[in-house]
Amino acid sequence: MEFISPELDYAALAPMIVVGVAAIISVLVEAFAPRSVRRFLQLVLVFTTLIGALVLVVLNSGMRVLTGGQSIALDGPAWIMQGTILILAILGGLLMAEGGVDPSGDAFAPRASALPGSEDERQFTIRGYLQTEVWPFLLFAVLGMMLFVASNDLLMMFIALEVMSLPLYLLAGMARRRRLLSQEAALKYFLLGAFSSAFFLFGAALIYGYSGSIAFGPISFAITTKAGENTLLLIGIAMLLVGLFFKIGAVPFHQWTPDVYQGAPTPVTGMMAATVKVAAFGALMRLLYVAFGGVRWDWEILLWIVAILSMLVGSIIAISQSDIKRMLAYSSIAQAGFILVGVVAASPQGLASVLFYLIAYGFTTIGAFAVISLVRNASGEATSIRDWAGLGKKSPLIAAIFSVFMLSLAGIPLTGGFIGKWGVFAAGVAAGDAWLVIVAVIASVIAAFFYVRVIVLMYFADPTPDTAAVVIPSGFTTVSLAAGATLTIALGIVPQPILDIIANAGVFIR
Amino acid sequence: MTEPGIFSLLWVLIALPLAGAAILLFGGRRTDRWGPYLGVLTVCTSAVIGVLMLLGLMALPAEERSITQTVYSWIAVGSLQVDFALQLDQLSMVFVLLITIVGALIHIYSLGYMAHDPDRRKFFGYLNLFVAAMLLLVLANNYLLLYVGWEGVGLASYLLIGFWQYKPSAAAAAKKAFIINRVGDVGLSLAIMLIFVTFGSVTFGEVFGQVGEASEGTLTAIGLLLLLAAAGKSAQFPLQAWLLDAMEGPTPVSALIHAATMVTAGVYLIVRSHVIFDAAVWAATAVVVVGLITIFMGAIIGSAKDDIKKSLAGSTMSQIGYMVFAAGLGPIGYIFAIFHLLTHGVFKAGLFLGAGSVMHGMNDDVNMRRYGTLKGLMVITFVTFMAGYLAIIGIPPFAGFWSKDEIIHAAFERNALIGVATILAAGITGFYMTRMIAMTFFGKARWEEGVHPHESPKVMTIPLIILAIGSTLLGMALLFWGNIESWLEPVTGFASEPTPFPTWVYIVVTLIVVIIGAIIGWVMYARRPVPIEAPRGSWLTRAARKDLYGDAVNDALVVRPSFALSKALTIFDARGVDGFVNGLAGSVGAISGRLRRTQTGFARSYALSMVGGALLVALALVLVQS
Repeated sequence: MEFISPELDYAALAPMIVVGVAAIISVLVEAFAPRSVRRFLQLVLVFTTLIGALVLVVLNSGMRVLTGGQSIALDGPAWIMQGTILILAILGGLLMAEGGVDPSGDAFAPRASALPGSEDERQFTIRGYLQTEVWPFLLFAVLGMMLFVASNDLLMMFIALEVMSLPLYLLAGMARRRRLLSQEAALKYFLLGAFSSAFFLFGAALIYGYSGSIAFGPISFAITTKAGENTLLLIGIAMLLVGLFFKIGAVPFHQWTPDVYQGAPTPVTGMMAATVKVAAFGALMRLLYVAFGGVRWDWEILLWIVAILSMLVGSIIAISQSDIKRMLAYSSIAQAGFILVGVVAASPQGLASVLFYLIAYGFTTIGAFAVISLVRNASGEATSIRDWAGLGKKSPLIAAIFSVFMLSLAGIPLTGGFIGKWGVFAAGVAAGDAWLVIVAVIASVIAAFFYVRVIVLMYFADPTPDTAAVVIPSGFTTVSLAAGATLTIALGIVPQPILDIIANAGVFIR
Repeated sequence: MTEPGIFSLLWVLIALPLAGAAILLFGGRRTDRWGPYLGVLTVCTSAVIGVLMLLGLMALPAEERSITQTVYSWIAVGSLQVDFALQLDQLSMVFVLLITIVGALIHIYSLGYMAHDPDRRKFFGYLNLFVAAMLLLVLANNYLLLYVGWEGVGLASYLLIGFWQYKPSAAAAAKKAFIINRVGDVGLSLAIMLIFVTFGSVTFGEVFGQVGEASEGTLTAIGLLLLLAAAGKSAQFPLQAWLLDAMEGPTPVSALIHAATMVTAGVYLIVRSHVIFDAAVWAATAVVVVGLITIFMGAIIGSAKDDIKKSLAGSTMSQIGYMVFAAGLGPIGYIFAIFHLLTHGVFKAGLFLGAGSVMHGMNDDVNMRRYGTLKGLMVITFVTFMAGYLAIIGIPPFAGFWSKDEIIHAAFERNALIGVATILAAGITGFYMTRMIAMTFFGKARWEEGVHPHESPKVMTIPLIILAIGSTLLGMALLFWGNIESWLEPVTGFASEPTPFPTWVYIVVTLIVVIIGAIIGWVMYARRPVPIEAPRGSWLTRAARKDLYGDAVNDALVVRPSFALSKALTIFDARGVDGFVNGLAGSVGAISGRLRRTQTGFARSYALSMVGGALLVALALVLVQS
């Protein structure tokens, strides 16, 4: 067997290369820069990199190339998703950089190695140590996500999945407060994530056995030319989908979501909830449309079932949640179901609607978690929904902004969430999935109930002695929050510019 | 036709109250002093623009009386093209006038009514928001934009129902209104989607132009979904339960939103979509049935309530039932549905504001059993209330006579049986309204100690007087001077069928029945003493006091099961996974037992459920392969 080194289109790969190189530099900064300047250096490095990569993505956005021996596809949807991931990572990064909310530092444990509750930990806290290892993790995770949405073969997709996931497992375990909960969540996330990766890898092997290739093009070709027995193919698809369903948090692969959303430091939860959804749905659609478009009728029914389960289970369970982060976790499960309605449509309209949904959902989610990170009481963030009673009286502005996010998630008009929901539902109906859409609309009504319950509690209940207070953040969170709120409303009132960009992006290339 | 002259200001109509709402709600305490006046000013200006537009429309020939203004292209993806576009035609014109003029009067009244409320700036902000959303609802030129207004009025309505949030009952009522309305909203969103898929557009003109090409089954489905939407917003059976509780809101809100305007949005929706109902006979029949049931439910509830506002709310349900009923009759009824909507909007607003004026003088007591003989103490309130009373029971020449009589006549054009039913309901109307005035203004004083009834200030009585004049004259004005039939005909169509007897026979019979109802009410509540404690009453009275068990039914059928399901699923999701997997896939039982011993914590059960899920996924794919 002869190995041929693949042709690489460096211009098209530039955004990812920039992020990857910066991630390595970031590790070196950790190793060699003195503690006093480390945080400053990391922040400059991270935000310059992310903004620089975003500029490159915008410059590249006209390109439609397959590179790296067809293993990476940089097409319209890929650019949109990479750009979205970068913007969301910038906003999420701003939340992570916030140092003025917690009286003892930022959202992260001063030393992840110190045992929770130990004397060491107390010393580190008193000395005001800040952990800066989170920044290389962020960059590596972003790199993985960018690669994930552009992967055009199963191996590349697997590598991207791991590059994306491993830093996230670690980030989830680094909360400054409630560290045991955070570490437990991280461990669960890691174990289950590794488990799901194994499924994915197993699926990739089966598909290789079926088609003799790991690249999407040849797999698709094999499906159209091979007649007859395809059990191997279908089991392979099933295993691959298990891995991806896990990442998007679809039922029945969702159980990690509430624990991790609750346990992870809130800025990380916000960043992760927004960006991973984009990345995983991007990969899911490329895999299904490009590689397995030929057996669409086989996987369609499966997506129906998963979508319905996710919407109903997510919405119904969210009703009885008493912790706001857990509620948003179940909400994210339901949202995954709604997005799947657009994925099932398997049409250009469906793809466009999913892209819009992801963008709207991303900004809203980051904003919502930004608010959660500000609503605090003596023991840290006040995540018990009961402590939000009467917040509308104590902090009208923050309560109003959070209401906007809740209304957007509920899909009420004049928010981005409404246009997004309408888009995926319309695509679903147009593709002939009327019954699925009926279930989706009913689920969205159930979902509206718990989103609005928070609003009702904030405005229609009187503050109690336990009512949390809103901490005035520094510029980092303020910018992120303002961007989230502005974009959520703008996407509802003037969605056309974004819709045009998505329309110009076209579909996946093969 | 584009937008000449005054019509270029169409968007301003909505923008003014919207800007008012924004300034009042975001301006904070700074606007406390002058805010309420700004709120009044924006709505009054919109009303003036509305009147100018009416004059402009009247100057145009009938076939050119539809003006479209595209503000901007809102959503344009592939085949879905939705503009943020407004459409003014004869139908939306009458709504604009109703909303802005009645809205302006109620804003002015609220200056007095809410004078001592610490949060009145917010109150006017919400009212402005409501007016803007309601105008958007009736001016939208497509279903999607209508939906925006639809949700907007809903939002304003919940905010205002729960305005006195320190009362737990108010917060609960707001929540209830929200939940029940969501059910109706499902109908509307599904209807819009079905419309889009069937016709490839959501713009009224394009949809109605293609109705002939759709199958009757599809049109029936759309019609039934629209009916569900209308039932939610207009408090029609089976989604009626929220309206009575909505009376927890301040009285001007009850007058504006829960009597005159928002609750009639369902009627607007049906009449606006009449082309669809014309082609879907079964859907139209369903509309008639729903309307008829609600006419009686509302009337019965209105007869039993001792709370003056709830009694009026029952009456509102019943009167909107008349409108929905008329809208279901088809071209013989559309115009009269709107006609009754307009007269009802004016006289019911007057009645509610009158009730508010009474409450104002009675220390906010709403129990009519503790009123009595107020006619001499609140002369203006009494006289104006009487105008509303005569209008609603339909005594000529008051406004309600003309419009209700037309509906009853249209019912007889269709079917004698439903015609008789509407006359009977008119008799019940006579009964409960007479009961109300008898208990309030006549009989003996049954006041609580320390209550000193007094007339309200001018800022409240002047709107009452204007509305009373409207209650007296509007019917004749619209019918004879405004020529409402030929005005609306280009939009709604009009037909008339022969009836076995001449028109005056129906009028006389109706009047006799109404007067009998009124006499019964007078004898029972003005001649005999009214006990302060309500007597036990017949089973029907007791059922009506409990809103005909609407809450109990909702609670048993929807609320309790859904909470139980959510709780059960939560437990299941957290702990029951092992059992689930074991039960579901017995073959992995052995493995699961071994796995359980080697792992700790919940992660193992999560992983197990992933295995179960993976099995399901694989099975689903392999078993259903095509």
